[in-house]
Amino acid sequence: MNWKAFIAPCLLVAAVCMASVPARAQAQPIVVAASDLKFALEEVAGLFEKQTGQKLRLVFGSSGNFYSQILQGAPYQMYLSADEDFVFRLADAGKTRDRGRLYALGRIGIMVPHGSALKADAELKDLAAALKDGRLQKFAIANPEHAPYGARAREALQHAGLWAALQPRLVLGENISQAAQFAVSGSAEGGIIAQSLALAPSVGRLGTFALIPEAWHQPLKQRMVLLKNAGVTAQAFYDFIGTPAAQAVMGRYGFVKE
Amino acid sequence: MDWSALLLSFKLAAATLAILLPAGLLAGRWLAYTAFRGKAWVEALVVLPLVLPPTVLGYYLLVSLGGASPVGQWARQWLGVELTFNFTGLLIASLVFNIPFMVQPVQRAFEAVPRNLAEAAAVSGLGRWQTFRMVELPLVWPGVLSAMVLTFVHTLGEFGVVLMVGGSIPGETRTIAIAIYDQVQGFNLEAANHMSLVLLLLSLVAVGFSFVASARLVRRS
Repeated sequence: MNWKAFIAPCLLVAAVCMASVPARAQAQPIVVAASDLKFALEEVAGLFEKQTGQKLRLVFGSSGNFYSQILQGAPYQMYLSADEDFVFRLADAGKTRDRGRLYALGRIGIMVPHGSALKADAELKDLAAALKDGRLQKFAIANPEHAPYGARAREALQHAGLWAALQPRLVLGENISQAAQFAVSGSAEGGIIAQSLALAPSVGRLGTFALIPEAWHQPLKQRMVLLKNAGVTAQAFYDFIGTPAAQAVMGRYGFVKE
Repeated sequence: MDWSALLLSFKLAAATLAILLPAGLLAGRWLAYTAFRGKAWVEALVVLPLVLPPTVLGYYLLVSLGGASPVGQWARQWLGVELTFNFTGLLIASLVFNIPFMVQPVQRAFEAVPRNLAEAAAVSGLGRWQTFRMVELPLVWPGVLSAMVLTFVHTLGEFGVVLMVGGSIPGETRTIAIAIYDQVQGFNLEAANHMSLVLLLLSLVAVGFSFVASARLVRRS
């Protein structure tokens, strides 16, 4: 094999690939959102794109990670956090246009996959029993260090007096979506996940869900904010989320406004 | 199937290869032919990206290149470019974490070239470039080929570093490995299965091809 004959096509491929950067994608604002919004916001964005013809690029992940990335200068235009603290801290750091707007209150509950040794009940009574009689091997929550839904799950478990005993059994998802993935995968007996995910058909059909009492944890005040470099499309989407049509979709996923 | 993610991964792998191949040839040859004090430490530095957890590497890159860092601010002010959360950032990260995959096999290949060959070539009146092209390169070619394939496939599959400096932006930093992760998180297991299978087959074919080609080259020489 002639080495020149091999390198030439390589460079050609490189050149073609470089030239094919999707330029149109640059114009679409990047909207980052807490992963509890995965299904609800995709539907809202679909509605928005149909009505206005403007396109968005949605990225879902952990609110805490997005917070760090925005501090590092990530090119996002809009941020929907699961926790308003992150928004306020970004505002204080001068990264946002203003202090944002509350768009929903989130709720958590226990999710148990079909065929699990555990039963889902609102007051986590069977979870406590399963811890005692050894039925519980693994239990999933989001990482309480940086995922708001994980922090609220920790509070609820502390309220139920189960937090210490549960420690060796916990598996931590990087965000609430991954925690839900763990909870229903069948490798854990269950987990604490966002109601908005449990109400999505692709998750809900995998198990049973029981809402944990609201008073057991700090409220999940979900706040959104436009970042400094937000353009008109991001602004329009920000306003759109307040409309009755968008709120109706959010309501179907269990989000309520204060 | 997220074709834009696959295309992006190919683009990243091709760009990485195009930049790292000449640099790796020079560095690998230099390390093979030169002895100097502290060489072991230079070699250790070259291997470092291989042994560090990708998250550590990604974290350092994020902190040192991010918009809040001196390097990041310098690049923004003087070059007008951001070094994280875009393709440029991915490329820088990809170049760093592929250094051992390119340099190591190239260095080993050059080390295996008998030193008296270069002298014989010089005696025969060949210049340095001619010696490199006509004597050394045919001998090291199997090593270079495997370095190229490893670098390419490793870039296609890289996850941790890309996750840290990329931010999963569709069409810009959402590579195929990140897209698979996103699909699993979104309970879209069918799409994740398809993409994983495509990635697995591509990697198998690329590595298999390089082994077959190397074996033929070695037999011929």
